[in-house]
Amino acid sequence: MEKDIRENISWAQINQDVLKSLENPRRMYWVILLVAVCVFGVGVGCEVYQYNVGLGVANLDNPHVWGLYIATFIFWIGMSHSGTLLSAILHLMHADWRKPIYRFAEAMTTFSLMTAGLFVMVHLGRLWQFYYAVPYPNDRWTWPNFQSPLLWDAMAIFTYLSSSVIFLFIGMIPDLAICRDHLQPGWRKKLYTVLALGWEGTDRQWRNFRVTYLTVACFLIPLAVSVHSIVASDFAMSQQPGWHVTSFPPYFVAGALYSGCAAIITLFIILRYVFKFEEYMTLPILKKTVRLTFAIAMVWTYLNCIEFASVWYSHDQASKDVLIQKATGPYAPFWWAMIFCGSVVPFVMMFKRFQTNIPVMFAVSILLNLGMWLERWMIVSPTFSHGYYPWTWDHDQWPSLVQWGIVFGSFGWFTLLFMIFCKVFPSVSMYEVKEMVYHRSMASKHDELAEKGAH
Amino acid sequence: MSVTNLLENWSKVRQAHPVGDAPHAEYKWAMAIDLDACSGCNACSVACYAENNLPVVGKDKYGHGQAMHWMRIERYWDEDGRETPNQGAQFLPMMCQQCEAAPCETVCPVGATNHTADGLNSQVYNRCIGSRYCSANCPYKVRYFNWWDYPTTDNVWPAEMTQQLNPDVTVRGKGVMEKCTFCVQRTYAAKNTARNEGRLVRDGEVQTACQQACPTNAISFGNMADAESKVAKQWEKQKVELAEEEQNKDNQVEPSALRGYRIFEELRPYPSVMYLERVRESAV
Repeated sequence: MEKDIRENISWAQINQDVLKSLENPRRMYWVILLVAVCVFGVGVGCEVYQYNVGLGVANLDNPHVWGLYIATFIFWIGMSHSGTLLSAILHLMHADWRKPIYRFAEAMTTFSLMTAGLFVMVHLGRLWQFYYAVPYPNDRWTWPNFQSPLLWDAMAIFTYLSSSVIFLFIGMIPDLAICRDHLQPGWRKKLYTVLALGWEGTDRQWRNFRVTYLTVACFLIPLAVSVHSIVASDFAMSQQPGWHVTSFPPYFVAGALYSGCAAIITLFIILRYVFKFEEYMTLPILKKTVRLTFAIAMVWTYLNCIEFASVWYSHDQASKDVLIQKATGPYAPFWWAMIFCGSVVPFVMMFKRFQTNIPVMFAVSILLNLGMWLERWMIVSPTFSHGYYPWTWDHDQWPSLVQWGIVFGSFGWFTLLFMIFCKVFPSVSMYEVKEMVYHRSMASKHDELAEKGAH
Repeated sequence: MSVTNLLENWSKVRQAHPVGDAPHAEYKWAMAIDLDACSGCNACSVACYAENNLPVVGKDKYGHGQAMHWMRIERYWDEDGRETPNQGAQFLPMMCQQCEAAPCETVCPVGATNHTADGLNSQVYNRCIGSRYCSANCPYKVRYFNWWDYPTTDNVWPAEMTQQLNPDVTVRGKGVMEKCTFCVQRTYAAKNTARNEGRLVRDGEVQTACQQACPTNAISFGNMADAESKVAKQWEKQKVELAEEEQNKDNQVEPSALRGYRIFEELRPYPSVMYLERVRESAV
């Protein structure tokens, strides 16, 4: 197996390698950026058309009022969770292998939340009036409805997004100072000078920095859990069969961590190649991420089984019928694909041989996310086509190309934001990699001394 | 889960209807629909289109499930293997049930749908942002979303029909939710007249469009807070307000002769529409 981060790598070398990523990535970077712009353009075109003509072009219908927009909204919200897992939870647990990869994971959190926010807008019938759902002071004293889970959603997402941005920024300050000190004069240098907030690396600054970082990390963890629990409440708080499930909040959080970890593997592999980060994003780190993903996959599978069992053994015939419909009805191919991608494919991750095999892990991580996207769709749609009211059972509903186009376009938007971020800001945390190298070299020195018997 | 849940299974969970509380001291609009009298002629639905300026969306959009019929006649067939399957159709007129504890109201993020003091479930078009959560949570699926910008995207009211549009009812814009209002323009006009004369609305003074058009008088509508109104008497007679154990047909040796029920009572939305079970055989 390939080696882990070298213990004798010099700090200047680390700076140089990471700063290089801001200047000359592989040509693949520009290819990805171009493709992302095109994909995003498709989404924008579809949205302009839908905005002007009306939501009818999405081919939703009257009982079936929610579709891919809500499903994809949950998907992107879910994807945001693993950034926090890596950067905040594993930070508290002192897992040092997270250090080279948490920065881009946290960026993924921020950008996938931004993408999710767009889907709320795209979904609205009158998006030009979206601010009605925000509690802003106004002359008429009209407020949003605080009973509505959708309002909780809006507030939770805004809070999580702003906190993630702050967390991402705070964690970057020492690195921004490195960028400021090493780059040629230009707009970038000005940007880093402002953003580095006069960081000099004094002891007092480091102390304050540590305390702030830890505080925000502790603040962020309950937020991450609450955001997806609240998204789950959109469904669990409703009365509909297939949605009214008590176990939804933990199920959603597990699903979120799952798809997020899978996305981290995908982006890990892409960044490692595009920005030549082979020295830092090492295979042992990939291996640990893969193991973490596998564990979460099993948690998700377990919670899935719980949900099926609790529906099956309940006396709620309507919910049972929805479940049967999912497994045998018109949605069956997608439902079984979800089970396959979400619960069977991850077993590939069990084998040591594949845990560090980049092509295999790339394919697996994409399949996992496909499965998780299908999961969200399978939560939203079957309930509409087979809910309580038999007269409205409609099994022919199929999303139009406009809906697919916007879903497709969102991947372009996310990739665009993410790739621009990685080119403008250091996507590997230099100061934490240095810490990691330092600790490891200390440990090995200690071992050497111990062998010599010089305690 | 089948049509039986709608037509027969009515006494599983019986809860008292919350009437007589302070907001409904004067008015509580309610309805009773006799399924035995309903012949499925659709006159109520047509009357509703005319009264409430509903867009006539045409075959294509109807096929896409984008019809806007606030009042719809549902058809169900007995599945008892009869020779002519079209025999034995059962009809169910379905419109917003104006629930007292409406599932749609709590979930609206902007509070566009509210309960009024006269017992209606109101929809504020100007406030609606079109999240469609209300429709997602409605057990009866009686809410209709404006998928298109009528009448600009489609000629839903041909030129010769514009004279029949009702000036008392606003035309809803693109992207808002709408539904049956119990002809709120009529009840408000009647209430205003009555208030000017210093009295309450008399029974029969106000009719909904569907009730007015029904050739068999299957629909009755009125003020439940007025104990003398026809609707209040019907509800009283059918003992819809009784406790579950007194109503439960299944546990009695002699089945109860009572016919009244409300759909999906087990979900406890306290609908304001009482249906009267069919008595006659379905075979025509």
